[in-house]
Amino acid sequence: MSNQRKSMLTSAIVNRAIRDSLIKLNPIGMMKNPVMFVTYAGTFVVLLMILFPGYFKATDDFGFNMTVFFILLFTLLFANFAEALAEGRGKAQADTLKKTKKETTANKMVGGAIKVVPSTELRKGDTVVVSQGEMIPGDGEVIEGLASVDESAITGESAPVIKEAGGDFSSVTGGTRVVSDRIVVRISTDPGESFLDRMISLVEGAKRQKTPNELALNTLLTSLTLIFLIVVVTLGPIAGYLNVELKVPVLIALLVCLIPTTIGGLLSAIGIAGMDRVTQFNVLAVSGKAVEAAGDINTMILDKTGTITYGNRMASEFIPTGGVSLETVAEWAAVSSVHDETPEGRSVIELMKKQSLRYDESIADGAEFIEFKAETRMSGVDLKDGRKVRKGAVDAVKKWVAAQGGTIPADLDARSDSIAREGGTPLAVAVGNRIFGLIYLKDTVKPGMRERFDQLRQMGIKTIMCTGDNPLTAATIAREAGVDDFIAESKPEDKIAVIRREQAEGKLVAMTGDGTNDAPALAQADVGLAMNSGTVAAKEAANMVDLDSDPSKIIEVVSIGKQLLMTRGALTTFSIANDIAKYFAIIPAMFILAIPEMKVLNVMGLGSPESAILSALIFNAIIIPLLIPIAMKGVAYKPMSASRLLRRNLVIYGLGGVIVPFIGIKLIDLIVHLWI
Amino acid sequence: MGILQILIVLAVVVLLVKPLGTYVYHVFSNEPNRTDRIFGAFERFIYRLIGLKDRSGMTWRKYALTLLLTNIVLVAFGYAILRLQKFMPLNPNGMDNMEQTLTFNTIISFITNTNLQDYSGETGLSYFSQMAVIMMMMFTSAATGFSVAIAFVRGITGKGQTIGNFFEDFVKAHTRIFIPSAVLVTLLLVALQVPQTLHPTLTVTTLEGTTQHIAIGPVAALESIKHLGTNGGGFFGANSAHPFENPSPLTNVIEILSMWLLPASLPYTYGLFAKNRKQGWVVFSAMMTLFLVFLTTVYWAELRGNPALSAMGIDASQGSMEGKEVRFGIPQSALFTAVTTAATTGSVNNMHDTLTPLGGLVPLAEMMLNVVFGGKGVGLVNMLMYAILGVFLCGLMVGRTPEFLGRKIEPREMKLVAVAILIHPLIILAPTAIAFLTDLGQGSITNPGPHGISQVLYQYTSSAANNGSGFEGLADNTPYWNITTGIVMLLGRYISMIAMLAVAGSLVRKQLVAETIGTFRTDNTLFYAILIGTVLIIGALTFLPAIVLGPIAEQLKLG
Repeated sequence: MSNQRKSMLTSAIVNRAIRDSLIKLNPIGMMKNPVMFVTYAGTFVVLLMILFPGYFKATDDFGFNMTVFFILLFTLLFANFAEALAEGRGKAQADTLKKTKKETTANKMVGGAIKVVPSTELRKGDTVVVSQGEMIPGDGEVIEGLASVDESAITGESAPVIKEAGGDFSSVTGGTRVVSDRIVVRISTDPGESFLDRMISLVEGAKRQKTPNELALNTLLTSLTLIFLIVVVTLGPIAGYLNVELKVPVLIALLVCLIPTTIGGLLSAIGIAGMDRVTQFNVLAVSGKAVEAAGDINTMILDKTGTITYGNRMASEFIPTGGVSLETVAEWAAVSSVHDETPEGRSVIELMKKQSLRYDESIADGAEFIEFKAETRMSGVDLKDGRKVRKGAVDAVKKWVAAQGGTIPADLDARSDSIAREGGTPLAVAVGNRIFGLIYLKDTVKPGMRERFDQLRQMGIKTIMCTGDNPLTAATIAREAGVDDFIAESKPEDKIAVIRREQAEGKLVAMTGDGTNDAPALAQADVGLAMNSGTVAAKEAANMVDLDSDPSKIIEVVSIGKQLLMTRGALTTFSIANDIAKYFAIIPAMFILAIPEMKVLNVMGLGSPESAILSALIFNAIIIPLLIPIAMKGVAYKPMSASRLLRRNLVIYGLGGVIVPFIGIKLIDLIVHLWI
Repeated sequence: MGILQILIVLAVVVLLVKPLGTYVYHVFSNEPNRTDRIFGAFERFIYRLIGLKDRSGMTWRKYALTLLLTNIVLVAFGYAILRLQKFMPLNPNGMDNMEQTLTFNTIISFITNTNLQDYSGETGLSYFSQMAVIMMMMFTSAATGFSVAIAFVRGITGKGQTIGNFFEDFVKAHTRIFIPSAVLVTLLLVALQVPQTLHPTLTVTTLEGTTQHIAIGPVAALESIKHLGTNGGGFFGANSAHPFENPSPLTNVIEILSMWLLPASLPYTYGLFAKNRKQGWVVFSAMMTLFLVFLTTVYWAELRGNPALSAMGIDASQGSMEGKEVRFGIPQSALFTAVTTAATTGSVNNMHDTLTPLGGLVPLAEMMLNVVFGGKGVGLVNMLMYAILGVFLCGLMVGRTPEFLGRKIEPREMKLVAVAILIHPLIILAPTAIAFLTDLGQGSITNPGPHGISQVLYQYTSSAANNGSGFEGLADNTPYWNITTGIVMLLGRYISMIAMLAVAGSLVRKQLVAETIGTFRTDNTLFYAILIGTVLIIGALTFLPAIVLGPIAEQLKLG
């Protein structure tokens, strides 16, 4: 996770959101949201009645209408504020990125010569030279040289990364800075299409496309709004038959209370905030649809190395040979590693600690460290007393011992073969001409992976591990990590085949990848998360890019997707369930003067008809800002089965949605009734 | 004793749901089964007769279009007969041709399975019209609704491009369901003294020596399909309260079962199509729960009687018997009322206008919801529409985009569902409001105060839900009412039908989503609760203000 995670809210963002919520009162913008537009129209009508009370015969109700107007106005402002606030963080981030994007110059290679041009004139296929201290002018691929590049402008990670021609570390991003050496880069995008451009437009959310689910929900909310419009418009004539006169502001109040303003006001904020959570997590999603698809994932394909395991091999066991004790082999293994700073060497010392084994550290005092070399395939120490301690590849150590006239323990080969068969790497430990035993080096599963896979299983997500290892090794790791399935000796084509197979069964598949040969699979997957350190092809094929290049983040992305959908569902349910209480507040209040028996329906015992209507309306307005934190942060989510999740959310947001407004309206009424 | 009568009927229904639902499934699953041996030859003869060579599946568009065209042809045929019945055979009582707007209303009323009767059978229709128009449409409209339900279910449970062949469904609904059961019920009714004759009206001399005209006719045949097809249009104006239509408590129970059994077993059929019977039981249970609430309300309200009368010291131990038949009493009347408006049959064995306000609220509310079992097929389709809505609203709460039976619910489906949920309140509330704004509308209301509102509301609700029962207080045979209710019936029938067929057509083509532990389940008690909640919050709250002004205000005024 990024160390630069931005704080949730700054006063600058809040101030800007307050300003934006006023700007958003522009009717053309409001029309995009039918629910709030109806509220907007209602507010306007009440405003007219205040401005021209004589014309509307509303002189007596001036105070009441004024109050209704302000509550409605605040309902609109609250909804706008929620949206503006959600957009705020992205906008602030976009501003920072835009600063990065400021005009740079490029050393374009024309023929053999170098010509200095503005970066905006670079086209796909151009070649540029970037030297130490210069900004890389555009996205591209290193075709010559090696350099360390500071990518903090994009990833937030301050440590520079190495970029070199060829292989999987050749892609560079415009707006990042070369901190040492010099590279030649072939530009791969035209202006306006660069990664930085895409990133800016993504975090800004300006051209945010509504996702299919949002569109469908919007349709439903619009039709509910229309239904209640019908209900309220027809109520006048029907009530007229009983000589009940219903004032227009009262009808507008009823309408606004019944239409789903809560979710209508928060819907886009939920979507933007969901995308934003992904961005804050240093993952760039090309669309909200990709984030929602993450919530729908049924199958996750994970690379073993780097995702499930650390990738480097760690000592996991000491195996004595030739009848020596475990302590002996462990002691010499430790002595050989005490000056060894490689991960393998350190892991030996750690294993000692883990197994509570002790050794005499003083033996190695003043010893000379012999580094690992490709020719010798061994490392170790030469002790002061002249003894030589070595650990290394079994055959190398065997040769070394034999050269000194030593004998090879009879069980050595059998032991080392069995380690190899299980997918481990055996290291032999020898002192002088005697081999004491083996160190079992094993690829280790990252801590907490098993728990995460258990959680995924509870969420109904199947995990498939891909590895180039042989089936036996793969099976061992798979068992250890707790994945559901694995593909051993997998080639890139295998991934596509698995994705297609799963998709044919109606499953949505997520995968991570970084290499060019992962690109087709990334494109085929429903959610493809490419590593920022990966190739351009991979990043273009994927619908998400992880700036931290941590493949295990795909699991969190799924959670974020689920949380986004859940938040939308929960607040919709809450909003619609609220209607029951609002009906019980307003309906009796509307008719009680003409039909006094209606007081039976005033179950909340609200003070007066006016106070009941105003209280319902105030509740309707203030519930929006009260729910902004949930809309922004998302509902609390713990991985569990769908049934349990549903039961939990139904109780909180469904039942809560029925009960909360009864209490809320009553409390507001207690205050409002002090005046009317 | 009253409760026992009700419980026995309920028990019979619950027991027969499974066998009947299975039978319906076999009829429409289009897989070879035993019933083919009995009906196959006859059906093949019909297919040859109508030139149906290609019985392959139709896309939803073709299905809907075929359905509409078939219905239009029937409308034209029926309209011609009613307008020219004077010149047709089998008119022993010398009925004149039917008036224009009344014919408009009557034809729509019967083709839409509504059977709102602005005419009175014994004075307005010849025997030929009764048989060739009224009874014919009772069969065809029921078969149309049934076909739609089956096609819809195929759409949401099947896979491919098509949702079945309308002609085949339509023919099979007749040959394997409505005709055999109508014959059976007719014979039972005849055995129980319901008249079935082509003789003209009897003219008899009473003991007092005066002359009396007793209307008779092919009553039993009409009576059977009237209920089996959840039609509801009576042979006589008094409908099933008339002693020739419904002479005894036993015929009353037969009629209740006739209209209730098929709608009640359709959810089970749906479960079989979905290859998960629990899906069917969830829908059935939701329907039954709502039904029991309504039944209890009307039974209790009628038993309690009119509190204003009780306050005057009048004995209320009999309950409110006004407008009810003594031979049925409160339990059989309450049950009939609850069933006839649940199944949107619309036949009545007591006058709903004279129910206590709260009792009268029950039929009104059942028609407003239109999902408590519902009319021929339509009830199931509506309930499944609410299921889709429920899935859409609550499905998100498991952190996945909503899916129903493995199919994603996306903007297209929601648009169509939105049309269907919008049209029902629109065609009830808008004309009701217009009626109160116009003299033409107001002129027919026979009651001042809230009861007048109930009358108008009831008339349009009954039309929109294609129920057809009348609150009867309303003087409704005027061009204004004939035309407005006619339009409401048409819209109420076909718009949601087409929208839901389109939903089926869209869902049938979807890539199926695999079911995992993370899937939102629609076959458990939690979804049963969600379904009821969705129906009540989306379906019922819409009508609350109008209901408060009508029956609830009236009840409150009684004390």
